[in-house]
Amino acid sequence: MTGLRRRGIRAIALWLVFLVACGVIISRTHFTTDLSAFLPRSPTPEQKLLMDQLRDGLTSRLILVGIEGADVPTRARLSKQTASLLRADPAFVAVNNGEPVNTERDRAYLFNHRYLLSPAVTPARFDVAGLHAALSDTIDLLSSPAGLLVKSMLPRDPTGEMPRLLEQFNGGSQPILLDGAWASRDGARALLLTQTRAPGSDTDAQELAMAAIRQAFDTAAGAAPSAKLVMTGPGVFSVTARNTIQSQVSRLSIIGTALIATLLLLVYRSFTALVLGLLPVITGALTGVAAVSLGFGSVHGITLGFGTALIGEAVDYSIYLFVQSEHESPDQQRWVERFWPTIRLGVLTSIVGFASLLLSGFPGLAQLGLYAIAGLVAAATMTRFVLPHLLPRNFRIHDVSAIGARLAGWTRRAASLRRLAAVPLLAACIVLVLNRANLWNDKISSLSPVSPADVALDTRLRADLGAPDVRYLVVVTAQSRERVLHAAGQVDTLLQTQVDQGELAGFESPSRYLPDLATQRSRQASLPPPDVLETRLAQAVQGLPVRASLFAPFVAEVAAARTQPLLRSADLERTSMAMAVQALLIEQNHQWNALLPLTAPEGAGINADRIRAALGATGLPNVLFVDMKAESDRLYSGYLHEAIALSLGGLGAIVGLLLLVLRSPARVLRIVAPLGAAVITVTAGLIAAGQQLVILHLVGLLLVVAVGSNYALFFDHSTGASAPVSPRTLASMLFANLTTVAGFGVLAFSKVSILQAMGITVAPGVILALIYAAIFARPALVRPSHA
Amino acid sequence: MLATSLALVTLSPSAFAAWDLQQLMDALALNKSGRATFVETKHIAMLDLPVESSGELLYTAPDRLEKRTLKPKPESMIVIGDELSIERGRQKFRVQLQAYPELAAFIDSIRGTLAGDRKALERHFRLGLEGSAERWTLQLQPIDADMLAVIRRIRISGAGDQVDRIEISQSDGDRSVMRMEKPAAPR
Repeated sequence: MTGLRRRGIRAIALWLVFLVACGVIISRTHFTTDLSAFLPRSPTPEQKLLMDQLRDGLTSRLILVGIEGADVPTRARLSKQTASLLRADPAFVAVNNGEPVNTERDRAYLFNHRYLLSPAVTPARFDVAGLHAALSDTIDLLSSPAGLLVKSMLPRDPTGEMPRLLEQFNGGSQPILLDGAWASRDGARALLLTQTRAPGSDTDAQELAMAAIRQAFDTAAGAAPSAKLVMTGPGVFSVTARNTIQSQVSRLSIIGTALIATLLLLVYRSFTALVLGLLPVITGALTGVAAVSLGFGSVHGITLGFGTALIGEAVDYSIYLFVQSEHESPDQQRWVERFWPTIRLGVLTSIVGFASLLLSGFPGLAQLGLYAIAGLVAAATMTRFVLPHLLPRNFRIHDVSAIGARLAGWTRRAASLRRLAAVPLLAACIVLVLNRANLWNDKISSLSPVSPADVALDTRLRADLGAPDVRYLVVVTAQSRERVLHAAGQVDTLLQTQVDQGELAGFESPSRYLPDLATQRSRQASLPPPDVLETRLAQAVQGLPVRASLFAPFVAEVAAARTQPLLRSADLERTSMAMAVQALLIEQNHQWNALLPLTAPEGAGINADRIRAALGATGLPNVLFVDMKAESDRLYSGYLHEAIALSLGGLGAIVGLLLLVLRSPARVLRIVAPLGAAVITVTAGLIAAGQQLVILHLVGLLLVVAVGSNYALFFDHSTGASAPVSPRTLASMLFANLTTVAGFGVLAFSKVSILQAMGITVAPGVILALIYAAIFARPALVRPSHA
Repeated sequence: MLATSLALVTLSPSAFAAWDLQQLMDALALNKSGRATFVETKHIAMLDLPVESSGELLYTAPDRLEKRTLKPKPESMIVIGDELSIERGRQKFRVQLQAYPELAAFIDSIRGTLAGDRKALERHFRLGLEGSAERWTLQLQPIDADMLAVIRRIRISGAGDQVDRIEISQSDGDRSVMRMEKPAAPR
């Protein structure tokens, strides 16, 4: 007995040390809520680039702002005041609302460097014929309404390089102006487009940026209380998602814990038992978080939310201990001998099931798997080795044998329901077979925690602003900035042809704003020296209503351009082109990527094959056409299929484990059959309710198997031994089931779709697993009819 | 341009009263749509010869104006509300008039006159009317200093409810004259 006590003290001490260690790890843990954990780990460089773009790229930094309510002049005034406040804020790289803010600097950059920037600058353009053609074009332009705008430039820019550049840069649709500020097409909303300095994945910075926008607006809107501010964009989504996840997780865990505690209190009628019963749960939760922290470096909010649900599962072990222990002589050693092997096998099946998640390409799923495994092992181990030593002498819970007896009566009758149970099962199979083609939702958006209302607002503002959705990209890769700019320049030429043919509405490219040095040099070399140019001009003006002397400023500026220092990225500073180049030119592991977003023609899509073929025909290496949406959906559906395969693998492993331990295919079949039936029924139920399955439903199904295996094992354990399931065991299973249902049932009401998917799968699933286990696992009563 | 059969009817009562700006505007406002050919001559100091262009003008009340230039190069300019689009060969521009005040002034003067929208005209110009209902000239002088830096004066002349000549004098001395004629084909 003293030996036992000493072992007990040692176990408790070890447990406490372990808890402290977990506490220390958790205190240093970084908690995240961005979506990256639920974006696939990307195997190829292209997909990596894609994911980086989603997290940190140009689009991730955009916050789209709308001002609603009040009247047009008020909205325009608010837009201007808000914008001017934000422009002074270093957190914003750019704030656009249609006001001509950067225009002067932008124009100066373009005009002063037009001979380095214009792709039209070739030797042929500056020979006699080229000059003649360019001049007559420009003179024709003078007769057009647009002539008013180019007239003053004629003596300095007779070849029209500036209008050409402007046309390139102003390409793409812009919102309409009302009272000097951007407005939606229906005029009901003023619009601003801001770009944050911080990447979209920096949720803290995005939240600060949102606060700054709101504050600027409130300052401006003091006198116009009817005006309303709306914001959207990837960063806004992250912030909203984080707030939702945070508030949901804390609320869910409070409600879940309260529910489970109430249930336990009703059963135990003892506060001591309640507190003791929750100890394995706390141990499990802390272990889970610490394990994920060690394994992944950070813990995702979703994992915590999932953790609250797992409380309902981890509490089962102490329920089994308390309820199954003999009431008359509460000797836990007896419990350990009788029930521990069964529970251990249940824990092992759970581990095997969740181990498949560890292999998933989704870091988020792997986190859930690790959390579940670590949490369940810790809770079960604590229940087995520490909890019995903590129980006070004469520890007793409320006598539940009355409930047990009634359950036993039901269970005896359950077998007669076998035929009846076949009906819903058959119906479920039919539902699944009929819907086999679209069981799974393979759109990545199905994982998004963003509400449909927010998505609708985003779509609306995006359409209003003509903001790039950056769905189609050409990605050019090279070893250096120079090379990538050079290659991008070649792609530009090709894309321009596609624009001219009407295949594209337009495109962006960093090499437009900052051509590579070699290209700039060759353009400089195309410019003739002053005396040559003068001679050629004199010939070129023949037949045109101008005198060559008019173009003296042109000759002087071309001469200057010949020796002008070449453009480098520093020259772009404080122009709006700087931000474009920064966004479109990315260095990554000594690799340079140029991104060329394409804009589809209005009302039509981009013919991907055609663009791909055109790009392929250039023979340029490392040029890639990417349809971001298709690519990410493809990526997700790939991972979905991987997860399905892994889950099936996990299921197979569970069966293998049971075969290994029980050495009886018939028994294994009896254990697996109710689990399979539960999985089939709940899946069919989800489908019939109009849900398409996402990866998190799959995790839920895995949980149904993991939890349900305990029930099935208990029924099997009892039939293996000659006695039927004891009423006490039945009662413990019912309580364990109720706590699990409570834990996951709460998730089913979550606003975070990922958590909700798990909740609505697991809660009904485990109830079904228990019922099916009771119905299927009583061969003793059925056997005589077969004999 | 913009003849309608209503012209005579609307003009007849005014024959008894002193003819004024409001009556001209009212008469013009009755034109809901119109079509005319034009020849525009621009005198630009930088060029030795005036440049000439010609084509067709179409107007639909209240704010759609289309100028289809056929010579020397095909080009089309369409203004609807505040949006101006220009198509010139392969090039397409679409701009907001608000972003180009000098262009806006020029368009508004023509559109406002065709629409008989006195309020719109008086927002940007001081108006002066000479002549009679049968032969009138409306003079528009920009109020805004920025606009005045580009356009000195616009003179729009016509007979009855038809505009047939628009002369724009720019502040730098350049000048353009657009003559308009109803197409010969009867409607």
